[in-house]
Amino acid sequence: MSATRGMPIDRRSFLRLATVAGGGLILGYYVRPSGMAQIAKPDVERTDGLFIPNAFIRIAADGGVTVYSARPEVGQGIKTSLPMVVAEELGADWKSVNVVSAPLDAAFGPQFAGGSMSTPMSYTAMRKVGAAARTMLIAAAAQTWGVPASECIAEEGEVRHSASGRSIRFGDLVARASALPVPAEDSVVLKDPKDFTLLGKRIGGVDNPRVVTGQPLFGIDQKRPGMVYAAYVKGPVWGARPLSANLDHVKGLPGVLDAFLVDRTVPAGQVTGLVPGVAVVANSTWAAFSARNELKVTWDEGRLPNSSWEEFGRQARELAGAPPGSAGVVEDRRDGDIDKAFAGAAHVLEASYSYPFISHTNLEPQNCLVHVQANQAEVWAPTQNPDGARKLAAQVLGIPEENVNVNITRIGGGFGRRLDSDFVAEAAAISQRLGVPVKLTWDRTDDLQHDHFRPGGFHFLKGAVDAQGRLSAWRSHHVSFGSNLGADDFPARFVTNYVLLNSKLENNVPQGPWRAPGSNTYAWMTCCFLDELAHAAGRDPVEFNIALLGDRDLIPGSGPRGRPYNAARMRNVLRQVAEKSGWGRKLARGKGMGLGYYFSHQGYIAEVAEVTVTPAGDLKVDRVVAAVDVGSQIVNLSGAENQVQGSIIDGLNAAWRQELDIKQGRVVQSNFHEYPMLRIPDAPRSIEIHFVKTDYPPTGLGEPALPPLAPAVCNAIFAATGKRVRQLPISRTDLSWS
Amino acid sequence: MSKFTLQVNGRSHEVDVVPETPLLWVLRDNLDLVGTKFGCGIGQCAACTVHLDGTPARACLTPVSAVGSAKVTTIEGLSADGQHPLQRAWCELDVAQCGYCQPGQLMSAAALLAQNPNPSDGDIDEAMAGNICRCATYFRIRAGIHRAAELMAAGKEARP
Repeated sequence: MSATRGMPIDRRSFLRLATVAGGGLILGYYVRPSGMAQIAKPDVERTDGLFIPNAFIRIAADGGVTVYSARPEVGQGIKTSLPMVVAEELGADWKSVNVVSAPLDAAFGPQFAGGSMSTPMSYTAMRKVGAAARTMLIAAAAQTWGVPASECIAEEGEVRHSASGRSIRFGDLVARASALPVPAEDSVVLKDPKDFTLLGKRIGGVDNPRVVTGQPLFGIDQKRPGMVYAAYVKGPVWGARPLSANLDHVKGLPGVLDAFLVDRTVPAGQVTGLVPGVAVVANSTWAAFSARNELKVTWDEGRLPNSSWEEFGRQARELAGAPPGSAGVVEDRRDGDIDKAFAGAAHVLEASYSYPFISHTNLEPQNCLVHVQANQAEVWAPTQNPDGARKLAAQVLGIPEENVNVNITRIGGGFGRRLDSDFVAEAAAISQRLGVPVKLTWDRTDDLQHDHFRPGGFHFLKGAVDAQGRLSAWRSHHVSFGSNLGADDFPARFVTNYVLLNSKLENNVPQGPWRAPGSNTYAWMTCCFLDELAHAAGRDPVEFNIALLGDRDLIPGSGPRGRPYNAARMRNVLRQVAEKSGWGRKLARGKGMGLGYYFSHQGYIAEVAEVTVTPAGDLKVDRVVAAVDVGSQIVNLSGAENQVQGSIIDGLNAAWRQELDIKQGRVVQSNFHEYPMLRIPDAPRSIEIHFVKTDYPPTGLGEPALPPLAPAVCNAIFAATGKRVRQLPISRTDLSWS
Repeated sequence: MSKFTLQVNGRSHEVDVVPETPLLWVLRDNLDLVGTKFGCGIGQCAACTVHLDGTPARACLTPVSAVGSAKVTTIEGLSADGQHPLQRAWCELDVAQCGYCQPGQLMSAAALLAQNPNPSDGDIDEAMAGNICRCATYFRIRAGIHRAAELMAAGKEARP
């Protein structure tokens, strides 16, 4: 039966299927939040004509294999890669695998997409899911033939018994396999990775044919009968509340169905959930957008109506100049005797580094479709965090969480922004008032000015090298907007004399995770200042940094945010990137190579950038070479390379020209004409990626290749021009030379 | 409200909308052709690129009243079967990440290849500079256009 091949994605049909056969769930496996698969219900209930060994797999009598993809697809390729893991262990023929997005359901375990955690959390669990089904299919075939299961293998969608030359297609084993018990988890034997036939290959995204033909995959593409269109206008100043508006005028405009104030903040006191605003509802997106332009609102601008980037900078410098022990300066780490080390140093350098707030700028603006009826809500959302979206919607609506169903759509760019669910909350609040399906669409200005921004920051650094050219002291004062450097952040633990000071500026700027949070800026200031110190010591930067990493292999973590650092893995990628990039080659004036490296999101990555700077100061990044250690197995080589290529160009995009200015408590920029995005002429001509296979569990690639890029480029600019870039964006620094 | 007859992907459609409504929203909201994407609304990102009589246009800046009798081609109409050489190349090289900008990229690239069947990297950079890809798949977009040019050339040779 081939009904599964086109199985609808919606939850109701899934639940219908899941509750047949006596009302029990058919889920052989429940995947715990830890990511480990366990057998919750060893007795598998069955659906006629289908072999359903667990929540993730359906095999039909025609041999069609359906694999459920539990995690949201944001462009990281997870909808292809994790089903590949299942198919590999199952022994399925990839061409006969149909991947279907799973509904939000506890049976699928954790379903968020963030922190590059999908691969490390789900890789082994998905192997077990596939292997358990394979074990049952092999047992069914062995039973059919009367041979030992140990003599059979599963590959290309069939079970084979090589001794007798016999084979049976999976589809022909459906009935017999369905009658078998699900094997105990610890009895499931995983494949030897050397026998992998699918993992590590270049496999195209399963939705590519739908992407290139413009099918309705994304949140913004969703429609329901009777749907109306909404805009939600928030005050330009963060924390503003609407006091009054010309609602009667707006309600009389063409196509407008309703306009009303929303004066709620959910959760209370937070700036990243539902915040106050004015809803405009119309019979088309354009009518809603046109009407909002005529809206005149009187706002209460809240408690910080005058904050500005200039003032934040002034306060940061004041904190940096404050004497030790001053209020607002917290010492988070002290090793050795830093004063003595500075006094006895051969060279002491001081520098301040700063970077601005930037936006996620997901190309698909935030949007959501919600239909609230009585105490039930149906949500269609491009969310990286469907469970969080459900919880927030329930809280806004005042209904139980289980009454909110979230349909997970494809997502037009995540980068961390869609871990927050503010747009879901807004659409829910509007639909609750109207009782009809409401599609909320933000415009680009909403998106840019009400992002949950990558925070700006200020770092005041002092470092020293001793007479032997070794890094002997590092003092760092981070003035942040909330999230500070941790006590273990690099190069802590590698410098004998080390002090970390932290300060936080009073502010109400909404902030959130932006691709490789923290690391995306810490890598820049750390590797750039290390490059300054290497040059002060008269040493080659690659050699200086490998020496800094010492000769111990695993450095244990310390403190509450501590985590181990595998220096051996980092030294290895540094040596690899130096070799592959031809580090140390003599280049013409105006050309230079620079190094960046960072450990983040469990990946060890080093990058070398090669740039050209014209005498007039025009920058071109010609080539980037990356050495990438994300463990023992690249799942999908095409997807992995795409993530690294994208991270490198995105890293350049963020560092080169992006900044948001803040004046009078609001973002100044309103759209792409004021917020330049990197375009194709500025993308490097050459990007070379070298995956370094090591004996560690596979980890994610959505983020860790981004942080090393900015320092690699800035250090290359120094090599080319002698000019240091200590402020982002790079475009703020005059790079001309003569 | 005014009535307009639009020729979209070889079919005739009648819509009754405010004349200033951008073609983008008529396609998306009225005609259910949602492959054409909204990104910025000011012609800066080109996610909304369509062809008007074969010439690329930003649908977000094109009022429906200005379309007249021009033949509109959207991503849904780029090929009858999803097998335009660019669509084949995009799948073969796995160009997309999130995929949101790709309809616009493909429409811009199709207009380029129609004019210049064998573009250089420089030609590609010039023709594609209007299209933003937030996931930064530019490296593969260049490769995808070169591959499509090869497929087109091979297709021509194969024909008697």
